[in-house]
Amino acid sequence: MPFMPVKFTLQKRVKLAQGLWMLYWLSVIVGILIFSLGIFFKIELRKRSEMMDNNENHLVPNLLMLVGALACGINAFGGKVCHDSLDPNKFSKWKPMLKMFLLLCCGFNVLLLLVALLCFLMQFAVYLTLAEGLKNGIKFYKDTDTPGRCFMKRTLDMTQIEFRCCGNNNFRDWFEVQWISNRYLDMSNDVVKDRVLSNVEGKYLMDSVPFSCCNPGSPRPCIQHHLTNNSAHYDYDHRTEELNIWVRGCREALFSYYSSMMNSIGALVILTIVLESVDMAGLKYLCTALETMADPENPECESEGWLLEKGVKETFADVLSKVKTMGKTNQVEEGGDAPEA
Amino acid sequence: MALLKMKFTQQRRVRLAQGLWLLSWLAVMCGAFIFCLGVYLKTELLRRDEVMDNTEIHVVPNILMMVGLASIGTNWVASRVCQDSLDASRFPRWKVLLLAWFAVAALLCCLLIAVVVLSYALQGRLEESLKVGLRNGIRFYKDTDVPGRCFQKETIDHLQMEFRCCGNNNFKDWFEVQWVSNRYLDFTSKDVKDRIRSNVDGRFLLDGVPFSCCNPASPRPCLQYHLTDNRAHYNYEYQSEELNLYSRGCRQALIDYYMDLMNSTGPGVLSVILIQMSVLLSLRYLQTAVEGAMALENPEGESEGYLLEKGVKQTFEDCKAKVLDMLKFAQVDAADAEVSPGAADAEKTVDNTTEKAASPTPAS
Repeated sequence: MPFMPVKFTLQKRVKLAQGLWMLYWLSVIVGILIFSLGIFFKIELRKRSEMMDNNENHLVPNLLMLVGALACGINAFGGKVCHDSLDPNKFSKWKPMLKMFLLLCCGFNVLLLLVALLCFLMQFAVYLTLAEGLKNGIKFYKDTDTPGRCFMKRTLDMTQIEFRCCGNNNFRDWFEVQWISNRYLDMSNDVVKDRVLSNVEGKYLMDSVPFSCCNPGSPRPCIQHHLTNNSAHYDYDHRTEELNIWVRGCREALFSYYSSMMNSIGALVILTIVLESVDMAGLKYLCTALETMADPENPECESEGWLLEKGVKETFADVLSKVKTMGKTNQVEEGGDAPEA
Repeated sequence: MALLKMKFTQQRRVRLAQGLWLLSWLAVMCGAFIFCLGVYLKTELLRRDEVMDNTEIHVVPNILMMVGLASIGTNWVASRVCQDSLDASRFPRWKVLLLAWFAVAALLCCLLIAVVVLSYALQGRLEESLKVGLRNGIRFYKDTDVPGRCFQKETIDHLQMEFRCCGNNNFKDWFEVQWVSNRYLDFTSKDVKDRIRSNVDGRFLLDGVPFSCCNPASPRPCLQYHLTDNRAHYNYEYQSEELNLYSRGCRQALIDYYMDLMNSTGPGVLSVILIQMSVLLSLRYLQTAVEGAMALENPEGESEGYLLEKGVKQTFEDCKAKVLDMLKFAQVDAADAEVSPGAADAEKTVDNTTEKAASPTPAS
């Protein structure tokens, strides 16, 4: 009892072949889209690699590029097969490869599923990398004279301006590090000496933030220094002041940016899986319809197409028994060799 | 003596029609491209609308959008004409339309050339507009509580950060205005009172700039206040400090940006002009060749195609004569009502003009 049989006249076969050809070319375009999204994601990771300690994992974009290229190749081949399917001469040279091709498509779908899963799961890795990278970024903000770290200040400033965020968790992260280099501190000044002596590690700590934390939407010119001291500024209460500097932390801001990107790419990959499955089903119907033509010489005859030759359970049992026989064949050979030896 | 005569066999006519059909669809795409270019330019100008005083520069994207739409329609008509050109029954209905088509296509080319010229010519007006707009923006920076101006601060801050510029000409423009609102000044403080009394208008002037002027590439945390006072900061010299703030003025930054935009669209517009001209010339050849073929006994035979039936001077004189006759026709009509003895002469002149009007028709 074939699984989901459908009767095909010549008209229906021709329509199926044409529709399937268009669907395959649509899948090629989707493959190109996935490839370019992989490149885009890779570039975005490289752009902010300083915020992630140059430690970011490029597995997902690399896989996306590979999968995109494979999708293009496989679907272009499928389109070519459809194009030739209505000409018996041309189709006969593709016939023997079709079973392998369908198995390959199955494997490709499994790979796509894996990539979609990775897109959703790797977000945790990105979160952790960002937390670590930003902590180091804030620590090295002042080291504009150290080779290898001299651009950290500019990168962190531009990131805070672009993503409208301040610090790692929030702006108080800036109170815990010395972000002004010693080159610009007058060590003979009493105020400076007091601050440096006031903590164990001898760091010059302030309750101030860099200018890149300022919110342009504030009605008041930005207050950067003495943030927790209400009397330092006229008409200022640091507990109720919300608009002066950005309240969001950069880790959260960057993570939500990457997370939305990865979620949409994951959704697109799932859509591709559905599209590929439809392609596979269509190709199976087309092949079986062409094979079961009662009279191969008469192209106008009717034929039947199906997804599986026997039912689902029977096909599954067949596959299992085939795998078992392959295993048993090895055993029989060993038994046969032993007596001879 | 026809201008640029060429012989066309049936084969060549068919090839010309097919090639021209493809070329006219290419020209439709070019028209769409010009329209999108106009939309993009207009959006960019509208985004910075708040720092521009007038909208004279908007004539460039407006013309581009109009020409883009007109070009799509015109070239679509050209492709229809090509499709019908090899069918002798369907071609004659386009005859009347074609003269108008040539006029419209020539007009579109002229408008595109005008756009290129305008984008250079209006640079001065743009600069004036930006000068006034930025000056007002800086003056109203502090008015975040005045309806209609409350977003001026945010606009100027975003502008300075995005274009990496400070002030109108340079950062010293900020020293000349009060950019801190009175709501945030403690009038009991001695420092504030001194500053207000130090100038005639009673304004609180600082040698400081807003945070949006800060340059992130500076190795040192940004110095915003007491910029001209070397002693206010450790290891600071105001004359040699270059990286602390953005050194460019916002007017210059915006002009450079818009001029770059318009210059980069220049080659695109020029190539569209070329494509439109080639469509125009090819359609003229096709029209004359097909009409010549239809007039022959054997429609499949050779015919001649040309740009103008007579030479340039001759055609020009013909046109002039036609236009003068049309004017004279109007004059004679008016005189006719007044003087009856001249009626016989008038009739004769009317006959002559109608004859003259009839004869140039084959030329079109």
